[in-house]
Amino acid sequence: MRLVTAVVKPFKLDEVKTALEGIGVQGMTVSEVQGFGRQRGHTEVYRGAEYTVAFVPKVKVEVLVDEADATRVVDAIVAAASTGAIGDGKVWSTPVDEVVRVRTGERGADAL
Amino acid sequence: MDPELIDGANAGFVMVCAFLVLLMIPGLAFFYGGMSRSKNVLNMIMMSFSAIAIVSVLWVLYGYSLAFGTDRNGLIGFSSGLLGLTDLTDNAVFGAVEAGADGVVNTYLLPDMIFAGFQLMFAALTVALISGAVADRMKFGAWMAFVVLWASVVYFPVAHWVFAFGVAEEGGEAAGFANGFFAADTGGWIVNRLGALDLAGGTAVHINAGAAALALVLVLGRRRGFRKEPMRPHNLPFVMLGAGLLWFGWFGFNVGSTLGATAYSGLVLMNTQVATAAAVLGWLAIEKLRDGHMTSLGAASGAVAGLVAITPACGFVNAYGAIAIGLLSGIACAFAVTLKNRLGYDDALDVVGVHLVGGMVGTLMIGVVGDSTHTLTDSLFFGGSLGLLGTQAIAAFAVLAYSFAVTFVIALLLKAVMGIRVADEEEITGIDQMTHAETAYEIGGGITGGGSATPPVTRPSSVEVSS
Repeated sequence: MRLVTAVVKPFKLDEVKTALEGIGVQGMTVSEVQGFGRQRGHTEVYRGAEYTVAFVPKVKVEVLVDEADATRVVDAIVAAASTGAIGDGKVWSTPVDEVVRVRTGERGADAL
Repeated sequence: MDPELIDGANAGFVMVCAFLVLLMIPGLAFFYGGMSRSKNVLNMIMMSFSAIAIVSVLWVLYGYSLAFGTDRNGLIGFSSGLLGLTDLTDNAVFGAVEAGADGVVNTYLLPDMIFAGFQLMFAALTVALISGAVADRMKFGAWMAFVVLWASVVYFPVAHWVFAFGVAEEGGEAAGFANGFFAADTGGWIVNRLGALDLAGGTAVHINAGAAALALVLVLGRRRGFRKEPMRPHNLPFVMLGAGLLWFGWFGFNVGSTLGATAYSGLVLMNTQVATAAAVLGWLAIEKLRDGHMTSLGAASGAVAGLVAITPACGFVNAYGAIAIGLLSGIACAFAVTLKNRLGYDDALDVVGVHLVGGMVGTLMIGVVGDSTHTLTDSLFFGGSLGLLGTQAIAAFAVLAYSFAVTFVIALLLKAVMGIRVADEEEITGIDQMTHAETAYEIGGGITGGGSATPPVTRPSSVEVSS
């Protein structure tokens, strides 16, 4: 099993969600996060005083998938989230040792 | 008081204007609260609310007597019968004054109690204005003590200088209202003896509060992290809401200062509106040219700057003069608010940059663009000499100097006696939480329903609930 984590532009969330549902992903966890990559932050001006806002708002999407589906899921997110502009985000996957469904106690791939 | 002499429409209008001026104070609280950081927004709002509470009581007890009691050499008033407003219930004062080219056209009587109530709101607002400068770091107890001292020693006398006009008796010498109307030998020295023009309080309210703010922050010191850490406004929609309420309430302030609903009041209404509009445009133009962006905070600040500047002038200029004053104040204040970063005094929410500078612009510009129809003494643009401008300057700088000096002493006194600054830990954690035992926002509290707090405990905790 793998955990696919994607940090994407907030306005791309709907497209990512639709794409994942389209390839049969059953669930996901979404959170609002802040950070920066090579895009860096942006500047804001208040009464003539300029502030550099270091962290840019992003959305983090996390999906637990079967080993065999991981690449397909990563590709689907990349395709849906891409605009070609700087700040599109990143997608990565990490190995997961154990997954338990709380309601039934099912473990491993059955719990996905 | 003969009820026949009271004009109900005028009296009712001034009463409603008093309510409008009161509404400016919560408006100001939101204007300032939105600009402060989220950890101090309640403290910011509480400084305005406490000013209403304290000044209202002081005003009734002795403030009105000091400001509008029997004149003592033009410097202060006092009438023992006005302590507690005892003698007020049965009196009527001068009311609406319509000044035309030939001098006074009309006056209406106004119940004294309504005038006292209207002026009460001015006093409370003026003190609240100062609070923006001390945001994020002043002890709340010291603020409340400051309100008591400042209202008593600075505002009440200065209000007497500017607002306590004595009407010249027939055949008596008139000096005030530019030689047309107010007595030379009684009443506040600025309005009567000097004869400076200030319809709604450019000097007594705005220059006064702005100069006090400067003195107070010099004693108080800078916020931790000033010019190092970002201190951006935490809620700009609050700022816009507050500016909108101020704009609305300001019609009570300016138009109500005509003490009635007359054709002259209409002039004040239009001048107030068009000057404010021009100031918004002036501020935004500077922002676009200097910073590249027209900001909502700039629009709100421009509106307040224009309202401040037109306050003294609203009854003494024509529409062109009002637009000129508005534009100039928007431009001047947009530059003035950046001065603190260069000079190093931490006027947190720009009380100096907006109220002192805007008040100076409006008060002095009467001497430049004042319309002879209303000023009686010609301004520069109306073929006059520097005389009127000089008179205006004396009034402006006298109030500035008095307010700055006395406020400085009050601040030093409070600092020595009780301390005026919160502890470092409180400044970092937030005054809302440490002083008021509250926080403005429950961030993320929805997850567990009631947030992370423990169940409420009824105090005093020794009270037992029998089961």
